[in-house]
This record gives sequence, structure tokens and C-alpha cells, in this order.
Amino acid sequence: MTDVGRPGAGPAGASAVRTSTHTHELQFCRFTPLYRTLHVLMIVSFMSLALTGLTLKFSYTGWAGAISRLLGGFQTAGYVHRTAATLMVGIFVTHLTDLARRKSRKGGSWRALILGPDSMLFNKKDLHDFGATIRWFVGAGSRPRYGRWTYWEKFDYFAVFWGIFVIGSTGFALWFPVFFTRFLPGWSINVATIIHSDEALLATGFIFTVHFFNTHLRPEKFPMDTVIFTGRMNLEEFKRDKPAEYEQLVASGQLERHLVDPYPPVVIRAIRAFAWTALSLGFAMVVWIIYAMLFVYR
Amino acid sequence: MLRKPSWSRSPSPLASLCCAVLVAGSVGSAWAQENADCLACHGDKDLTTTRKGSTVSLYVSEQHFGQSAHGSLTCVSCHADLDGKEVPHNVPLARVECGTCHAIEAAQHAKSLHGKAIARGDSLAPRCVDCHGNHDILPVGDPGSAVAPLRVPFVCGRCHQEGSPVTRSRAIHQDHILENYSESIHGEGLLKKGLIVAATCASCHTAHSILPHTDPASSIARQNIAKTCTKCHALIEQVHRKVIKGELWEKEAHVLPACVDCHPPHKVRKVFYDQGMADADCMRCHQDPALRASQDGRSLFVAIEEVQQSRHAKVTCSQCHSGVNASRLRPCETITAKVDCASCHADQGQLYQKSIHGVLLGQNDPNAPSCKECHGRHGILGRLNPASPTFATNIPNLCARCHREGEKAAVRYKGPEHEIIASYTESIHGKGLLKSGLTVTATCTSCHTAHSVLPRTDPASTVNRKNVPATCGGCHHGIEEAFEQSVHATMVGKTDKDLPVCNDCHTSHTIQRADATGFKLEIMNKCGKCHGEIAKTYFDTYHGKVSQLGYTKTAKCFDCHGAHDIQKVTDPRSHLSRANVVQTCQKCHSGATRRFAGYLTHATHHDPKKYPILFWAFWGMTTLLVGTFFVSGVHTLLWIPRAVQMRRELRAAEAEAAAEIAAARAVPAAGARGTPAGENAPKEDAP
Repeated sequence: MTDVGRPGAGPAGASAVRTSTHTHELQFCRFTPLYRTLHVLMIVSFMSLALTGLTLKFSYTGWAGAISRLLGGFQTAGYVHRTAATLMVGIFVTHLTDLARRKSRKGGSWRALILGPDSMLFNKKDLHDFGATIRWFVGAGSRPRYGRWTYWEKFDYFAVFWGIFVIGSTGFALWFPVFFTRFLPGWSINVATIIHSDEALLATGFIFTVHFFNTHLRPEKFPMDTVIFTGRMNLEEFKRDKPAEYEQLVASGQLERHLVDPYPPVVIRAIRAFAWTALSLGFAMVVWIIYAMLFVYR
Repeated sequence: MLRKPSWSRSPSPLASLCCAVLVAGSVGSAWAQENADCLACHGDKDLTTTRKGSTVSLYVSEQHFGQSAHGSLTCVSCHADLDGKEVPHNVPLARVECGTCHAIEAAQHAKSLHGKAIARGDSLAPRCVDCHGNHDILPVGDPGSAVAPLRVPFVCGRCHQEGSPVTRSRAIHQDHILENYSESIHGEGLLKKGLIVAATCASCHTAHSILPHTDPASSIARQNIAKTCTKCHALIEQVHRKVIKGELWEKEAHVLPACVDCHPPHKVRKVFYDQGMADADCMRCHQDPALRASQDGRSLFVAIEEVQQSRHAKVTCSQCHSGVNASRLRPCETITAKVDCASCHADQGQLYQKSIHGVLLGQNDPNAPSCKECHGRHGILGRLNPASPTFATNIPNLCARCHREGEKAAVRYKGPEHEIIASYTESIHGKGLLKSGLTVTATCTSCHTAHSVLPRTDPASTVNRKNVPATCGGCHHGIEEAFEQSVHATMVGKTDKDLPVCNDCHTSHTIQRADATGFKLEIMNKCGKCHGEIAKTYFDTYHGKVSQLGYTKTAKCFDCHGAHDIQKVTDPRSHLSRANVVQTCQKCHSGATRRFAGYLTHATHHDPKKYPILFWAFWGMTTLLVGTFFVSGVHTLLWIPRAVQMRRELRAAEAEAAAEIAAARAVPAAGARGTPAGENAPKEDAP
């Protein structure tokens, strides 16, 4: 839907290039601090929502009771769920606001933003890339030259868009049933329950398996890709991962503006600890979901 | 008004003379009437008058009057106000004054309870005629007399039987007098055996001097009782010396027991008490702490103080240990039977015999408890005495002696209830009784009864399924009322299955407060025992899922359906009827509307016929879910080999780069040391 701007374009980036020494290499800065913050908050709220929601969905498993107690009882779990939901809506609104602000700062039109090369919307190149990727997978071609956003990244992005809309709207209906049944029939709350619950299952399942694999677990990134937390990636890696974007930046002579110093090791360690926690929690939930779905489902 | 027949006077000179002789002194009239004069009118069977609105016959049978005790008298002898008056006479006549002739009796009657009541104007108080009759009075000795011994109980009973105006409106401290009397040894002697010497009411109460027992002049006043009884039981003190020592009985009536202390009035029992034994005679031997039975060596010592402080302080040894013979040196050697408490406590004894305890005892079961196991022996106390083992707070411990887990009764028991005492102690009843000290709280005997203890399988048992609501309703009356109207009551519910009773939901011995968390959560399983399918669908909804996590504030079965007053949802009284359902939702969801009440509280997405929308919503979502996972799954699986390949190439490139750097660094020091590039060489082989 939108161009998502690169960070580092500015004097700070330029000075970073100048002050860098030979002791360490400069890194390409892929995400702005706002995006990194939003993603961390997204992890926190999503994990909270998933954990508290799953206790309710799989309330018939022994685990659900244990986790519910661990969270301070069902009532507290309910508060956590609604607080996290509010946070996620806040993240969503912040992102939309940021898009609007970015558009006006650039002075461009919505059309330019949507159809530009860095747009999150699917375009012809994505269709081409997808075909080329399948060919690459089956050994009938080489790795496509992906741009700033690959098609699976765009899919993840819109999955969240869709998810927030579907889960959020049904969630509000469940939160305020008295209000919603002023104009909706009573059974719509039952339907909302099913949609909310199953869409959430899809979201958690997708994030904790497909998204985790696509970004963290695929062998060349294993065990994790910290770029979403640090915002930085090695230039070599960038060149290899997103050759089209790299070449475009080089061609326009803007690459240097996006080069920054790496974070000190202590920050990286902290980030890794956080990421590991999130990953483990996600995997644990996947195991729980599979157990509940396969062995005690009803 | 008097209906006057044609009047004919035929005076008899003889009768006139008699009359004149008899009443001249008092009446002194000009002339006296013959009876025939009176009978001229009163011999007519149709002669009536109206008194207080009812028609009363004024007929006097010449024959009956002639045969009566007063047959030789003239009418005006009694109806003195007519003496010398013209006939037909005016009405009403003055009341006949029997005391004119029967002065002593009249005086006694005037002082008696009855006479004083008349003086007070009590309309119910009996006068002479009420007992003796009027024109047909016969001598007491005549069996036909209204007051012949055989008829006395009925004469008195006219007023003193249950339900009569007298017993209903006057303070009479004895009840069922007539029934009790007829069952007593006196009544039986009189009424069944025709012994006209047996005591009747008048024998003890006298005929005319009837006085309350509080009046010292009464024949039934405490100090006079001995005298009254000895009118018949002349030498009772000689054979009755355990409580009476000769004439002390009469002289010290205030300290010594009166006859009625042992032999309740009107209930004088037929039991043949062992005569002639005083407790002191027993204690001669039994006060010795070393006294032992020769058979088995058990102690035969009796602490007499214990007896004296017990409920049986006034009961003598031989009354319970019956069969003594006072003429023996050891009067007790003739005792053959064990103490039979039922000889006095007949009702309890009867109940006990039918109970499981009594039945087992009848089978000589060594584990069966008899009276003394619960009540004790010589020191028996009333159940309202906190020191008694049958005092409310002591009952659980009393029953626990046999029914605690591991004890003899618990070992025999094969039913589903275990840890009865421990559970009861922790239950709401046990806590109420033992922790809060509420002696009105249900204890073992409240449900199982004290003497009619029966297994729950016995239809007569208070804890039998069909009797449980009534048993619990003994205290929880309001709830029983609501329950009996509900769909679960046997009178209402139409099913061949067992309908639930109180303990199916509340349990028997582990009863909790209904607002306790555990109870609220457990109740869903209780309902689910019968309503399995509907309970399952409940657990598919938000309410059910949350409840399953142990949260009590969401709607449970009883929040919507009610607890004891459950009705079919089609019943207008139901909390879920069209008229009530919105209000029921509003208990938790303030502001709920009728549309809100359309929420499907027992919905399942597994039933396409009943809930098609939910069914298709579920399968739509499931298809989306499966589809997404399928596409992404295939994408990922295809990706893995390429990604592994990329990783290998990457590692190889890294190793190469490292080797180059190492080689570059090694150049300046090449002369001094060997090439370090070789150290990195194995990495190139890395896959």
C-alpha cells in the first residue's frame, strides 16, 4: 500500500560514514527506530493476546488452567488480553498516521506512494518474482533479484492488516456485546466468537511457523535475523538478499546515506535475548496448539 | 313460647297431701299441684318451646320419672317456684335447686372448680343436671345411672376430650385425658374388664369437690395424692418401700415423691414394677468399687452420684433392672433380662427396633449399638444437656465412634460415602455446628434420625431418594417448597429416570456453601451428569470456557436456569421464558436487550441443522486456515533445499574471505613464522 521509507537518509547517516574507522564495517540501515519500536511492541502485544486467548480457546486442556493461573487468574488474563488488544490497535493507528505523515513530507500523492517501487502493495515485479522463486525452488532458475520488499514480506504485512481488521472488529463485538446487539442479532456474537477464535488461530499459527521460518529459521539466516530489532544488516548480506534495492541505491548514489555504525555487542546480546524469548514462547504455543488440536480437540 | 294445650285439671287428693307435707315448710302456698296436673301438658311428646333459637322438647316421660331416684317426689318438689301457682304456668321457670335436698354435695360443688366457674358466669361450667341428668336420675349404684362408674369417663369426657370447647378454650394442663385413661391400667380395668371398682375420674378427682392440684384442699394436691391413691391401694407403702418409708410418705409429701411422679396421672402404666426394692438395698453391694461379676469379671460398681445427677435421678434401680425379688437375700439374683429401656421409652424403642441398628442387634450382631452405646448407662443426661453424648455438638463424635473411616461400621459399609466424619466436619453443616457452635445446625441425627436410622436403600429411610427433599426441607423449608414446584420434583417431572434430589447436587457429607468457588464450578458437572449434551455445548461458549478456567463470575447453569425453581424454558415461570429472559441476562449484562438475549448460550458449530450459520462460519474459517497453511507450507518446504544450498555457499565464501585476510596479514610476518593460512584451510572444505 505504501512506500516504507528507509532510515538513515540525512546528516546523521552521512556523519556516520565519515566517522567510521577501519575497526568495523558499516552496516546498511533497513528499518527506522519507529518501525523497530512498533515491531517490538507488536511482539509484546501479540504474544500477550495469543497466550491469554489460547487459554480460553483451549480451556479444556490442563495447560490452559495452569497458564491462566500463572497469569494471575482468568480475570487478570482478560485484562491483559484487552490491554494488549488496545496496544495493538494503537500500533496500527500509529503506523497509519506515520504513513500519512510520510506521504505529506514527501509531498507526493497517495497514488505515487502506492504505486512506487518501494510500495508494500503487490505489483508486477512481485508476480514475476513469485514465478521466478518457484522456478528457483525446483531448480529451473536462479534466485530472483528481490527488491526492498519481497512478496512474502508483503504477504506477512497484509496478513497483519487483515488480521487486525478481522480479529479486532470481532474482538470489539465480544468486548461490548450489549452495545453491538443493539443493532446486530444475538447470534452474531456466536459468529464473532468463531471468527475471532479461528482467525486468531490462523494468525498465531502463521506467525509462529511460516513467518518464523521465512525470516529467522531459513538456513541462511538461522537461528535468527535481528535486522528488525537493530535495523541494521551487513552490506554483504544486503547486497545478497535484496540485490535490486542495492543496485538501485548504488545507481542513485544514495547508498552511503543509509550506512551506519553497528550496535555494540552488549546491545546485540540484549536484543538476541529478547528475540530468543519471543521465539521460544512462539514455539511453545505452536506445540501447545498442535497438542490441543490433535489429541484433545473437541 | 309455650304452646298451651287444652287445660284440664284433675287434682289427686293424695298427691296434694304429699306435696303439701313435703314442701309446706318452705313454700307455704295455698295448694299444691299433682304430678298429673303437670303431665297433662308435659306428657305430650310434642310439647316444645324455643330457647335461644332452638326448639326444645318439654316432654317428661312419666314412666322414666317414676322409675328414677326421685320417682316418689312431686314435680313441684324440685320446681319449687311453681308450687301453688296456676297452671299453665309462665315461663321460664327458675333453675331447680338440688341443694335444697343435697345440701352437702351442693356446697362441695359450689366450692369446686366447676362451681366457681358457674359463679363467674362461665357458660361451659357444668351444673348438676349436666352430669346427673334431670327427670331420669338413677342412683349411682344403678348401672344405668349417668354417673355409674362405667359411665363416668364418658360423662367427664363430654367436656374433657380433645377438641371439645372446654379443652380448646380453658387452661387444662393434661392432654388426651380420656384416651390416656382408657389405655391406662385403671381405664382398661374399668372399660375392658368391667371392674366397676377400678378408679374412674371421680375416684381421684372426687365427684363434687373437683379442685385444681394447686389447691391444698384438692384430692390431687401433692400432699393429698397418697391419701387419694391409698383409698384403693390401701397398704401400698408396705409393698412399695423403695420410695416410701411407711407413713412418711404422707407426712413428708413435699420431699418424697408422690405416686404421680412415677405413675403419671391418666397414664398409669400397666408395667408391673418390681416392688419392695429401695436403691439403698442395691447399693449395699454395688457401692463397692471392687465388686465384680463372677462370670466375666466386669466391674459391677455403680456410682450412685452419677445416677442422682442423671435424667433418671427419680427412677429406681429396679425400675430398669426389672425382675428383682425383694424377698431374696440378693434380690437381683432373679434378674434374667437385660435392661429394656423401651419399657418406659416405648416409642423410641419401637423405632429403634425397626432401624438398622435394632435389626442388627436382633441378629445378635456384635457391632450393633444398643441404647447404652449412645446414651450411656447410669449417668444418662438429656440431649439438651451439653455434657450429654447426644447433645447436638457431641453427636458427630458419638456416631464417629463406629462410622469414622476404619471403625467397625465404616468397615462394614459398602456404599459410596467415605470419610464421612472427616467430610462432615469440613462441610457447611459441620463447620456451623463445630466451629460456629450453632446447635441448630444439621448433625448426623438431623438427617438420619436418632432412632429410625435406616440404609438409604430402604424406602422408609429419611435419606432414601424419595424422602431426601422432605428431610432437607425440615430445615430448608423455603427451598423445598420451590423445589417441589420445579421440573426436578417427582410430582412435576415426567421421566422414567431418577430425578435429582438435594444430595445429587449438594452431596451428602461434603456440603459446601452454594457461593463457594468449588461448589459453583462443580455444579456444572452435576448438571452434566444428566444433561450431558447440553452441558457439552455450554462448554463451547464463552461462559463455559471461562468457567472451565475456574472463573466463577460468568454464567453457570443455575445463573440462568435457577437453582431450585428450575422450570422448562417453555414454562412462563422459567427464568428463561420470553417474559423473563432479558431480565435474567441483565443480572450480569446491565443494559442487555431482547436482541442480546438472542445469543446462543448452548451453540455448537458441529450441528449444521440446528446452527447452520455457525457451522458454515466455522468451516469457512477452517478452510481459510487450512488453505493458507497449505500454500505457505508448500512454499516453505520447497524453499528449504535452496536455503540450505545458500547457506553452504555462504559458509564457503566466508571461509575463503577469512583465508584471504589471514593470508594478507601473514605476509609481513612470513619470514618469522609459517603461513597461518593453512589454519583456515579446512573451512574451505566445509559444506
